[in-house]
Amino acid sequence: MVLKIFFPQCCNRAESGLLVGRWISGHDSAVVLAVIHYPFIPGQVKQYIQQMQAQSGVELTVLGSWSLPKEGQESMESFLRDLSTIFPQQRWLQVSRQMGKMGFICEVVNRNQNGQETQQEAKKQNEEEEEKVIFVHYEQRKVMLSQLHPTESGDPDPNTEPSSELKQVFQTVARSQPLFFLDRYDDGPLKSTHWQSEGREASIIVELLKQASVPLCMLISWLLALWTWICNIRIFSLYPLRFLSSKLSTCVQISYRTEHMRTLSSPKPAAGHKQFMRKGNILVSFLVDVGLGILLMSWLYRDDHIATLANMLMPAADHVAKELEELLQWLMGAPAGLKMNRALDQVLGRFFLYHIHLWISYIHLMSPFIEGILWYGGLSVCLGLTFALSLLSDMVALLTFHIYCFYVYGARLYCLKIYGLSSLWRLFRGKKWNVLRQRVDSCSYDVDQLFIGTLLFTILLFLLPTTALYYLVFTLLRLVVVLFQGILHLSVDFINSFPLFAMGLRIFRPYRLAEGVKFQVLCDEPGTALHLLMEINPLKCSTVVQTYRTPTYSCYPRDSWAALVKKLFVGELIYPWRHKSTKAD
Amino acid sequence: MEDEAFTDISGKPISLDCQSHSSFCREFIISSPKVSMGKVMVYTCSVWLLAYAVFFFTQNTAVLSGAILVTLVGMMLHIHFVKVDHESLLVIGSLGIQVSSSYASGREITTFIEMSKIKDIVINEAIYMHQIIYYLCVLLKDPSEPDAVSSVVPLFQVRMSISQEPV
Repeated sequence: MVLKIFFPQCCNRAESGLLVGRWISGHDSAVVLAVIHYPFIPGQVKQYIQQMQAQSGVELTVLGSWSLPKEGQESMESFLRDLSTIFPQQRWLQVSRQMGKMGFICEVVNRNQNGQETQQEAKKQNEEEEEKVIFVHYEQRKVMLSQLHPTESGDPDPNTEPSSELKQVFQTVARSQPLFFLDRYDDGPLKSTHWQSEGREASIIVELLKQASVPLCMLISWLLALWTWICNIRIFSLYPLRFLSSKLSTCVQISYRTEHMRTLSSPKPAAGHKQFMRKGNILVSFLVDVGLGILLMSWLYRDDHIATLANMLMPAADHVAKELEELLQWLMGAPAGLKMNRALDQVLGRFFLYHIHLWISYIHLMSPFIEGILWYGGLSVCLGLTFALSLLSDMVALLTFHIYCFYVYGARLYCLKIYGLSSLWRLFRGKKWNVLRQRVDSCSYDVDQLFIGTLLFTILLFLLPTTALYYLVFTLLRLVVVLFQGILHLSVDFINSFPLFAMGLRIFRPYRLAEGVKFQVLCDEPGTALHLLMEINPLKCSTVVQTYRTPTYSCYPRDSWAALVKKLFVGELIYPWRHKSTKAD
Repeated sequence: MEDEAFTDISGKPISLDCQSHSSFCREFIISSPKVSMGKVMVYTCSVWLLAYAVFFFTQNTAVLSGAILVTLVGMMLHIHFVKVDHESLLVIGSLGIQVSSSYASGREITTFIEMSKIKDIVINEAIYMHQIIYYLCVLLKDPSEPDAVSSVVPLFQVRMSISQEPV
């Protein structure tokens, strides 16, 4: 079996001392975490290690000894061997290095049950009995901060060990944080070397932000409590308002942001990597959203853009109404050379024209208030760009309400006609739809039933082109509006769910999100063990987006293309975008 | 195993290099021939001649700049994403297998497969057009079922087949 020793790069030049770390059971490997230097008192070392074990939950032991003799210092071979008696272990590693040489030399001292030593030297003639050692060098700070993917979902039991060796190594280093507080520059009884000895400073801004976050969280949770109390007032629970608020995308977006704020404002620190990333992503996308919203707002309120927009709105609505009227006049004549049924044509055309007239009067009634509404509505844009887009989508829906109404009328009429035709077609052939058995059965009709049925069938059949044409025209208009709204919803969804924090972490600190590791063979000199350098292989950008996407009310097509075409053909009302609610399980 | 003449599926010559770092650590490197200048010149000249011909008829200078841009971008994409310089397989006893491919622009893609995830390494055969090729692949264990095979990872993705030519 090959013995693997994970050795931190910061300890390559450490002075002689004791190696502290952990044996990984089942894989014949050891992780070295720190080196404790001479002079030390063995009792204090044992006490320190027990204290660290209690604080961190990692099974720390003294693995062996490390010797890097300086010039003029005689080698402490016998002293090091005697140390193994003070710290009784199953295996004792004696790692030594000469200054100027790259390779390490490792001797493994095995103890069997009786406490007797059976020593195996690294150099032996009989190669089969030689214990082979691999030194894997890792950068301690990066491995400590890194998170191996795929992470376990849910709450993993901290006592069960993952079967993967690398995961255990990463977990060991990450959980040994209490060990890295004291280093050799401190005035304690023990002097140790680990990654902190390289003199890494913390950022003062991050510390200040951490201090400031607690009162901020309390303020946000108080505001949220107030807002929830307002929303729960009885008067808002009446049926029409509730139905309306579930249809308007602005209200949906508000409720969604409230959920986010609730996640952010909990004063407890994040329990685990996924929670931490979720909070980070929510915070960063919220800040970017508000930033873009304020930018938009500053553009809107400068140079009187609001007044320009309001003045453009009325003529635009008038123009749309005029175009619709022309379209209807065209349909009432001979559209594209088709011959319509005169009477039905006139009825439908006049009905729709009257509808448009009503709508335009209503818009003209509202016109003096438009600028005021836009001005105050524009203030709410400071809550975020997503609000602006949802407001725009709602305004488009309200302004094109007449198109929606026309579509519903046309579709219902067409649908009735199609059903009537199919039922009478069955009568034509002498069959009937059996509702009980959900199938088509043969049936004998009376003569007068057949007569009336045939008459009705003929009438419906000859009126079909007219209705079909109106249906086609209004469905196309409706589809255009739906497409535009869909684009707006998709962009809102994108802003909500894109994990900006995770992407930023992947670009600027790629070692924090690790997909795996990669090894590189360092120079191997004959007679020494094999040395490998372990580097962190960062996650691919597409995997980052996939793993850390904030779940939203994702707006995706409800039906496949085939089902959509079928619905259009039959005349069922289509609502192509489906909103999924985000109820966390 | 040095310097026998190997060819890959398309008939281009490749070379195999074995390094043994230790008794339980070996590295196998397969290198392809580099980008040949003749081919690059032929492609560039043909694209530019075509662009000049179109320019001659339409007198639109945007065609020329478009052709230059297309050539440059195409070359950059080719050496960054398509042209594999060498692929290597590093086998470390009781640690795992590392597969890495490095492209002509210097980009390296590395995957490390741990020993605990490997079920077996086999030679699999596949039918490619009119011939049967043999390729090495690693069988991975399924985490929930230790006996089942979860995925098959072919080694040396640039399809190489070792077919010896009579030297």
